[in-house]
Amino acid sequence: MNVYADNAATTAVSKTALEAMLPCFQEVYGNPSSLHSPGQRAAEKLAAARDLFARRLNASPREITFTSGGSEADNQALRSAAALGARKGKKHIISTKFEHHAILHTLSALEKEGFTVTLLDIPPEGVVTAEQVRAALRTDTCLVSVMFANNEIGTIQPIGEIGAVCREAGVLFHTDAVQAAGHLPIDVEALQIDLLSLSAHKFHGPKGVGVLYARKGIPLVNVIYGGAQERGKRAGTENVPGICGAAAAFDEACEKMAEHQAYLTPLRDKLIAGLTAIPHTVLNGDAQRRLPGNVNVCFEGIEGESLLLLLDDRGVAASSGSACTSGSLDPSHVLLALGRPHEVAHGSLRLSLCEYNTPEEIDYLLAVLPEIVSYLRNMSPVWDELETGRRPHLI
Amino acid sequence: MALYSEKVMDHFRNPRNVGKLEDADGIGEVGNAKCGDIMRMYIKVDPATNVITDVKFNTFGCGSAIATSSMATELIKGKPLSEALELSNKAVVEALDGLPAQKLHCSVLAEEAVRAAVRDYYDKNEIAYGDELRPCEGHCDTCGHEHA
Repeated sequence: MNVYADNAATTAVSKTALEAMLPCFQEVYGNPSSLHSPGQRAAEKLAAARDLFARRLNASPREITFTSGGSEADNQALRSAAALGARKGKKHIISTKFEHHAILHTLSALEKEGFTVTLLDIPPEGVVTAEQVRAALRTDTCLVSVMFANNEIGTIQPIGEIGAVCREAGVLFHTDAVQAAGHLPIDVEALQIDLLSLSAHKFHGPKGVGVLYARKGIPLVNVIYGGAQERGKRAGTENVPGICGAAAAFDEACEKMAEHQAYLTPLRDKLIAGLTAIPHTVLNGDAQRRLPGNVNVCFEGIEGESLLLLLDDRGVAASSGSACTSGSLDPSHVLLALGRPHEVAHGSLRLSLCEYNTPEEIDYLLAVLPEIVSYLRNMSPVWDELETGRRPHLI
Repeated sequence: MALYSEKVMDHFRNPRNVGKLEDADGIGEVGNAKCGDIMRMYIKVDPATNVITDVKFNTFGCGSAIATSSMATELIKGKPLSEALELSNKAVVEALDGLPAQKLHCSVLAEEAVRAAVRDYYDKNEIAYGDELRPCEGHCDTCGHEHA
């Protein structure tokens, strides 16, 4: 059996999205900036996609900018808010320790440019509070950036409460909604969000398309310079097929959100219950306040990469926060921020489901995983020490 | 996954000599759980001939850590201690048809695990050895030991 359980990494393009894209390759292939009819037909499609995103987010079309993806939208959002703050002499930014690297690395770059950054600690359940944000506010704070839902552990942050704190303090609020968009309801007015980033390929749209929402009156600074596309704020001929696919996918994801959530939540909970029944296994992040498809656990005594390779042999695609899979010497910064010790974080596994996964697949995962974990533990000197009492169990 | 050669995947999927030797004559353990790799190697030595008659390993780590452990045990089994001590990480890498650059440290760990097991055997039997066999943590920055 083949099980794709890495939907937080990327998703399959839906039939709806693909059908929206196909006419844009050979029929409506004009450049939206061209004056002629083929160009104008493409411009109409682009406008329709923009309207769709605006309507679904409760924004206005002029507040929607298309980018090459979530990372570019994050970069542009932070740089725009920072530039606006700097003009007023405000150069302090608040964010969290478990943001995506598109945020953290942009903040590091801004620090080198003279900004001060406060990264909030992550409570053990993986949900920061509006109180933490309020306590970190300074008179020179220009921006708060808190992700809508975490990409590794799936925990949902209290965005509306943080938005209210920021609005009251007169500080811009950005949220990286890459994992949340299409999966959780987002109303930028109700949640008092000033800037928001999302990425199409996380909700069955194509790769290479992102959206930056910026409230009216927030001037964007360019990350890409060139032509006058996107009101001069994002140069480069628009990816019309991708944008049309993104809009169709977003429309469908929003339309069927409640249905997907009702379908996925019991599957997720069954998986969590089954996996945490394996001794010395812990769920990462709050059990309830998490994305409907996200499961993230640590198995003590084993290492994540070998787990992924053995899962791949059994047809299962998943991901891990181990150092070996992160490409660095340290395991996932998210798990470390959550307070997991290094040796525990190395044994993490993320399974991220979508509505294409079946109950039979969950049963299959629950059949193969205990077997693989036990096989690797039997080979592990760490497990041997844990079991013989020479090393204390940490979980 | 194309990250690894067929040989690495074979040794990862079907590790040779995996397990423990309850009556081992030498046990070597290198690496650190915090860093994500620990190898423990057990050897059985014939004192008359100084030949490694049996070898087993336990490894906590990534695919290449398991594969290099497995390959190292194959390369030293049935060999005299003197030959086992000459096993280089490069030889392990070559026998596995190569490793990705970021995984070369696993082969270093395998080499060090063998040396640690032999050292333990020498210590237990009060056999003198030179400086070249001094303990190594398996971290290239903590000792001057040269690796290919």
